[in-house]
Amino acid sequence: MRVPLSWLREYVDLPTGETGRDIQAKLIRAGLEVEGVEQLGADLKGPLVVGQVLAIEELTEFKKPIRYCQVDVGDANGTGEPQNIVCGARNFAVGDKVVVVLPGAVLPGPFPIAARATYGKTSEGMICSARELGMGDEHDGIIVLPPEYEPGTDAIELLELVDEVLDIAVTADRGYCLSLRGVAREMAIAYGLPLRDPALIDVPPANSYGPLVKVEDPAACDRFVARSVVGVDPAAKSPIWMQRRIQKAGMRPISLAVDITNYVMLEMGQPLHAYDRHRIDGAITVRRATAGEKLRTLDGVERTLDNEDLLICDNSGPIGIAGVMGGAGTEIADAVVDPETGEVNGTTEIVIEAAHFAPVSIARSARRHKLPSEAAKRFERGVDPEATKAAAQRAVDLLVLVAGGTAEAGVTDVVAPRPVHSISIAADLPDRVAGQEYGRETVVRRLQEVGCTVVGTDVLVVTPPTWRPDLTDPNDLCEEVIRLEGYENLPSTLPNVPAGRGLTDAQRLRRRIGVALASAGQVEVQNYPFIGEAVLDGLGIEAGDPRRVTVQLANPISHEEPSLRTTLLPGLLGALHRNVGRGSTDVALFELGRVFRVDGTAETLYRAPRLPVDRRPTEDEIAQLDAALPRQPYRVGAVFAGSRDPQGWWGKAQAWTWADAVEAARTVADAAGVELTVRQDQHTPWHPGRCAGLYVGEQLVGHAGELHPRAIKALNLPERTCAMELDLDLLTAGGAAKAEGPKISTFPVATQDVALIVDDAVKAADVESALRTGAGELLESLRLFDVYRGESVGEGKKSLAYALRFRAADRTLTADEASAARESAVAEAATRVGATLRG
Amino acid sequence: MSAPNKSYDPVEVEALKPEEIERLRDEAIAAFAAATDLDALHEAKVAHTGDRSPLALANREIGALPPAAKADAGKRVGAARGAVNKALAERRVALEAERDARVLVEEAVDVTLPYDRAPRGGRHPLTTFAERLMDVFTAMGYSVAEGPEVEAEWLNFDALNMGPDHPARSTQDTFFLKDADSVVLRTHTSGVQIRSLLAAAEPPVYVICPGRVFRSDELDATHTPVFNQVELLAVDEGLTMADLKGTLDHMVASLFGEGISTRLRPNYFPFTEPSAEMDMVCFVCRGESVGNPDRPCRTCSSEGWIELGGCGMVNPRVLVACGIDPNKYSGFAFGFGIERMLMFRHNVEDMRDIVEGDVRFTLPFGMEI
Repeated sequence: MRVPLSWLREYVDLPTGETGRDIQAKLIRAGLEVEGVEQLGADLKGPLVVGQVLAIEELTEFKKPIRYCQVDVGDANGTGEPQNIVCGARNFAVGDKVVVVLPGAVLPGPFPIAARATYGKTSEGMICSARELGMGDEHDGIIVLPPEYEPGTDAIELLELVDEVLDIAVTADRGYCLSLRGVAREMAIAYGLPLRDPALIDVPPANSYGPLVKVEDPAACDRFVARSVVGVDPAAKSPIWMQRRIQKAGMRPISLAVDITNYVMLEMGQPLHAYDRHRIDGAITVRRATAGEKLRTLDGVERTLDNEDLLICDNSGPIGIAGVMGGAGTEIADAVVDPETGEVNGTTEIVIEAAHFAPVSIARSARRHKLPSEAAKRFERGVDPEATKAAAQRAVDLLVLVAGGTAEAGVTDVVAPRPVHSISIAADLPDRVAGQEYGRETVVRRLQEVGCTVVGTDVLVVTPPTWRPDLTDPNDLCEEVIRLEGYENLPSTLPNVPAGRGLTDAQRLRRRIGVALASAGQVEVQNYPFIGEAVLDGLGIEAGDPRRVTVQLANPISHEEPSLRTTLLPGLLGALHRNVGRGSTDVALFELGRVFRVDGTAETLYRAPRLPVDRRPTEDEIAQLDAALPRQPYRVGAVFAGSRDPQGWWGKAQAWTWADAVEAARTVADAAGVELTVRQDQHTPWHPGRCAGLYVGEQLVGHAGELHPRAIKALNLPERTCAMELDLDLLTAGGAAKAEGPKISTFPVATQDVALIVDDAVKAADVESALRTGAGELLESLRLFDVYRGESVGEGKKSLAYALRFRAADRTLTADEASAARESAVAEAATRVGATLRG
Repeated sequence: MSAPNKSYDPVEVEALKPEEIERLRDEAIAAFAAATDLDALHEAKVAHTGDRSPLALANREIGALPPAAKADAGKRVGAARGAVNKALAERRVALEAERDARVLVEEAVDVTLPYDRAPRGGRHPLTTFAERLMDVFTAMGYSVAEGPEVEAEWLNFDALNMGPDHPARSTQDTFFLKDADSVVLRTHTSGVQIRSLLAAAEPPVYVICPGRVFRSDELDATHTPVFNQVELLAVDEGLTMADLKGTLDHMVASLFGEGISTRLRPNYFPFTEPSAEMDMVCFVCRGESVGNPDRPCRTCSSEGWIELGGCGMVNPRVLVACGIDPNKYSGFAFGFGIERMLMFRHNVEDMRDIVEGDVRFTLPFGMEI
């Protein structure tokens, strides 16, 4: 809502020195979001005066027609002689009154004016357009003023070019502030000054001979006032002051009748509609649409109506969508000049509608038809139903005043009974909500200031004013008191929070994982969870794979990515691709986040009950809410490409490999205190020979390794890109093993090395497991330190060399004891995996 | 020098002449001094102190002397050998020191060589900033509550007094699931607050709810359809707006420094009543840029205040929907976007840098912020 200060001052006698900034600060404190103060004409300097065109010489030798004019500017130029002015516009004639800027003046820009040579003449100033004066964006030629102004009259004052305009973002609960009346009320309270309420005007009582109105849906339309004015001069134009106020408020002047309805709406907040009475066929009827009905609205669009739309109709059918937009068929006609007689033809009889519609109905229609009109905006937020009659009267008065019309005596006022809503609150409730003592007297005074009727002592029975439909609950009234007393005056205290227990295990674990992976050289990313079929195709994930069963969005940002991720890999690989494309070719990324999985086809999925809000849902209902949701487990994933250890003076580069991906999984498992076992596996999108299945006991919790070359190619990734993905919920399902304090033996260690020859296909993990079992409890640790393939071990074989460390808790081991344990280990390896000692 | 020895036969024992012994001694000392490295010294040592060296041979002659002469000759030879050994040891120490010094010089390296072998990692500032916030509140006694990102509408909207016709419940703002009834991508973490209230048998409830939320905006320099929020909820007996203000003041002082406080401005949210917009004193200029064109502040656009987010007293209707008696309990809540806070706290100019996962953005933030 844009509010010109000059207009606002009409309703409150503000101290003259108060600037827009001062008022802004006051209103912000009272809870109006004044986003800015526009300084109109701040850099404007005269002389800017009314001129009368005395003569026009058409200059035709230029690319476009140019006029050389003599303009009477009275004494404004100091000589009284006509001013010679070159002008490019053509929408004026000899005798017209125009706005002339004289040399020495400065127009908004700033744009200083001087006499200058142009088109072979000297132009002593300019004839101005609305845009040049900062009045609006319209640029259909220069301004032609009504004839009544004397040449030489100051146009800065005449056109009210210097002003301040408050720009207020009105919140959803403050519909009344979409009017000068509402903002003036807030300002009057903020300054402690009386308000001249523009709705307090004399209105004749309703009678039975006004325009015929039938309301078929009184729940949706509880008030309908209709008035009529005849003998309107179709040639009459909106006076400058009205046009200027409409412009400053951010709307466009259109025609007198429309301008008057807009002016009254801006003033009182009540949307009005003006009909050409000759175009209405029979009684005005308010009813719901029947599905499929059509209406061409004022914007020229033919709209198919929904049976929820509330309509204004006559015998011919719909003539408007109530509270949203009128129909083209009953529009006020444009004034047309008869070229033969010079007579102006147009609308001469006008019916004014001032109605009150149910906010929800209007909001739905406006949204359905994508018509966020000024009227709909107000009805949605709540309009004062008691202002209808005053607003209609004001429009009638203006039609009489400026359009020469005659008000008809008929006053239609269809009223559906509205219950009076009162709220009981303890007089000290605002104190208890604020944490500050205001006292009953202050509470009552503040509530009365906003327009409430207040009775009672300890318990107050409060009836909010008709323009405040937002005041429904005790806390709404508390807010009124607290905001007017000043949020800035609230004390600052701390509640006594009961002692807490800190983060949960799962929350601490996620932090540890983040630190561990980052310490291992990986960079965390947070990717959007949106994916499409293309990336799943690229990864080679087949139909029927659970990762293909996605949660889909009805209104995705991109139709290429309408689904929620079932794996972290698409986002991670996308980020990897982006980094490589931007020149970061050696890169390791990780992400911790949720994926969205649909298991089975439960009937309850996506079917959340619509529960009431006047009570707690039952445990069963809460379970139904949860059953409507897909599973959303936490996962951790990582991707790797390029070098882990770059080439340098120390030696050659070492690439990130499948082993780093597996190691990242181990890092996560270590952080979780879980023992991870690795098994050879095959799982899309990993390389079938370089894919590790990650297990906790017998539970598969994820995969790691090098990606399949096909996936790498399809997704345009660097060669040998590696990846890891783990389900954190599964990883930690069994809980972390509690670390037992180890018993430290101080007896010496006995080290024995052993090299075993096994078939190439034998897995290192199996050899190690056999050695451990065979070595028995004297084994302290075991480490694979070499893998060798070559002639000396035979084709299809490999040699695995292990360092075994033996130690006893209670004695120094003899060489025989250590050797016996080693032999036992070798024997077990021979039995289990066919290992032989390397000679 | 002693007097001439009458029983001494200088002809037969030439080698034991005092002059001869002095000469041998001096020769040896000179040879050691002339040795320039340890190998030469070793050769000189063999020549002048070995079994076949003149002094050793002279020593053997002593036995042939008459007893009266033995002591005198022995003393002189012994002194000479002592001096020789001392000179040898001294020379060895000197030469060894020389050698050591030379080797250490030869082993010197350029310690300014770059050693950028280990890959550098880092945590995302959105994560670490949220953690920092959580630490502030867990220190005050709050718990960290979490919940699903795909959420039932009742939990995301209805229970929060956002009825079916609330404008936020349109596709303009909210991601809806396809072919679903009343299930959305959560638009705020407030659903977690409702879950916390439903889970508690009875207040007090003091929770902070961080998490990802979704609004159907296009990504640009200041908007992202997926962002992170932190919301707080306190429900207890006798909580007031003053408690809300104090909690906010404590938070901004913890994150931005002592002396940074908040101010509340009236606003409207369906889930709080009274509601407020919260601003904090600009931590860069502390308000000194206001009306001071010589010292403009980029962080607060010389407004002196930075907008943080929304807050207020929990609307009693929300408590009713969770089965909590609004006549006995009251509460306060607030929420704000972590991206925005990160942007002004760390001078991040473009939202896209936060969401695109470029390692060059994340690395400078390290492990904690």
